[in-house]
Amino acid sequence: MSQFFTEAVLIATVASGIRLAVPLLLASLGETYGQRSGVLNLGVDGIMLLGAFGGYYAVLETGNVWLGLLVGIGIGILLGLATALISVTLRAEQGISGIGVYLFGLGMSDLLFQRLVGTPTPISKFPKLDIPGLSDIPWLGEMLFQHSIIVYVAFGLVPFSMFVINRTVFGMKIRSVGENPEAADSLGVSVAKVRYATVTIGGMLAGVAGAALAIDLGIFQQNLTNAQGFIAIALVYFGAWRPLGVMAGALLYGFVNALVLQFKTLGIIPQSWSDIAAMAPAVITILALVVVARRFRQPAALTKPFTRGA
Amino acid sequence: MTTAGNALRVRSRFVAYLVPIAAVLAALLLGAIMLVLLDADPIEGFKAMFQGAFGSADALTATALKATPLLFVGVGITIAFRANVINIGGEGQMVAGGLLATGVALGLPDWPAVIMLPTVLIAGLIGGALWGAVPGALKAYYGVNEILSTIMLNVVAVQLMNFLLRGPMIDPGEIERGTRIPQTARLQEGADLPLLFGSGRLHIGPLLAVLSAIAAYILLWRTPIGYRLRAVGQSKDAAQYAGMPVKRTIVLAMTLSGALCGLAGAVLVFGSESHRMVTDGSTAGFTGSAGFNGIVAALFGGLHPLWTIPASFLFGGLLVGGNALQRAVQVPTALILALNGLIVVFVVASDRYRRTLQERASEAETAARLAAEAAATPTGPPPDATPPEPPIDTRAEPP
Repeated sequence: MSQFFTEAVLIATVASGIRLAVPLLLASLGETYGQRSGVLNLGVDGIMLLGAFGGYYAVLETGNVWLGLLVGIGIGILLGLATALISVTLRAEQGISGIGVYLFGLGMSDLLFQRLVGTPTPISKFPKLDIPGLSDIPWLGEMLFQHSIIVYVAFGLVPFSMFVINRTVFGMKIRSVGENPEAADSLGVSVAKVRYATVTIGGMLAGVAGAALAIDLGIFQQNLTNAQGFIAIALVYFGAWRPLGVMAGALLYGFVNALVLQFKTLGIIPQSWSDIAAMAPAVITILALVVVARRFRQPAALTKPFTRGA
Repeated sequence: MTTAGNALRVRSRFVAYLVPIAAVLAALLLGAIMLVLLDADPIEGFKAMFQGAFGSADALTATALKATPLLFVGVGITIAFRANVINIGGEGQMVAGGLLATGVALGLPDWPAVIMLPTVLIAGLIGGALWGAVPGALKAYYGVNEILSTIMLNVVAVQLMNFLLRGPMIDPGEIERGTRIPQTARLQEGADLPLLFGSGRLHIGPLLAVLSAIAAYILLWRTPIGYRLRAVGQSKDAAQYAGMPVKRTIVLAMTLSGALCGLAGAVLVFGSESHRMVTDGSTAGFTGSAGFNGIVAALFGGLHPLWTIPASFLFGGLLVGGNALQRAVQVPTALILALNGLIVVFVVASDRYRRTLQERASEAETAARLAAEAAATPTGPPPDATPPEPPIDTRAEPP
């Protein structure tokens, strides 16, 4: 245990916690938009997997990580639109249709990987961007300001989303559609249009999250996300549907994961117990859900499809 | 008026039956396009698929065995859904049932099959019931969304399985040989599921699943407990007002649902060819995604336990056929998973339309009945009067 409490190890653990939080943060911020408007997208993990493969493949072929992100965005938008079609237009049971999207993404990303790539080949990763001045601060600089651009973008999206949801007309529409679609509809807000927009934003961010994960790791493999998409959905509940709360949850996860990884490398957790340690995120989530469910109320129209005049 | 109502009723009912089938065909059409893109011949593929699922006695056996966990899970899901609880945790509950049943079998002396088999199957039932009761209680007493808690418990279950099968429950022989394959020793022969017709692969699993479907039907529509489950599902407030213990009923729904999924897990272990529990590190490696596919089978069967029997058989055939297709045209198995996902999406997305058609048919039926009554008794209510909200009927609703 003592080898954990050294300066270098502690700093590295915090920095890697922040890095590991990024895909979760991106995906759960996206999911926040959808849920605030009343749509539960359970297919996030499937979208992330396809975004991850798309991003990986683009970088493998071109060597350009930004193009990889762009492909992730494109795939995310397409699947977000498909999800909106399923849950808004066709009014499917959201708890189940998302599982279908997940299975599709899980199978399809693996299929494409086997057909187009075959053997796992590493790709180039994001370049690091040291923030001038700030990155030289002892301790803090290394923890916070020596990351790749995607890390800053992801955390920058937190205040941006707070502004959009709480301070803009679009945000007001999102909230009203999620709380009382009948009232919003009677005021001339198109429930369907708002939900299409939020679910597509959610899909886009899930796609980016997947691409960011693959490019950050520099590889792709079957089931790369390992259920991170589902954790991201739970984080939205954990964060009580607020971007800041979602960020806190994502960071908590990042740190727990970084800690478990670090403990494993240092041999503090024996190899045979690593499966038990891997339960930690899911167990913490369940406990967190119990706490949150007592104190916060979910958007009133969550998972309820809207029909005019029904 | 009556004739028109009849025509509408018949047509709506008929189309309602066709909707999920059309959804599967649409998914398969997309699958055919994917095959073409993969340079494989879709016609040859689908021929192999049908042959592999229904073309021979062996194929039918494989289909029945594949359908077994789907039916258990589907029936369990139906019970939960009828109480308006969405159980996405079938995967975890199957693993929990399988693990407890295996653990009990490993710990017991070599009992004769008559005692051994019921003991281990009940252990499976209990394992799944516990894994289902937790999210049920969390929903009922703490307001935790069951979709999320069941998904998280799926993750916990798979890690628990990996831990137990790599550590405490591993076959001692694997450690001696140093191969360390994460699997248990061969379980006692007393726990083997007896084979039907004396030989071959067909064990009593499918029979047990069909019996569980019949039992669930009786429970839901012929007992006070079933009435309570459905009443809570239709309106929590009304059930509460009628003095029913709503919270306990929600826990019961998830417990029963989990118990059936757990039984599915136990049947997978004791009906397996190797007669041991094995993990490849993923849930799907053990369950074959039956925890999810069972939901589709249940929807396919219109959330009716008896209709879930043929629905599971057809869906099992689809999955078995998928493997045959994959072997015949040499595409990666991942295609089957992707296709499976598409089928889930298509069936679920079309389900609302099916229900609308069904409601229209029932409305037409009510209107026709009222019209007939009005014609028979001059003092009866006018045929176009809005029928009063019918009470929850105690008969089975046909899907």
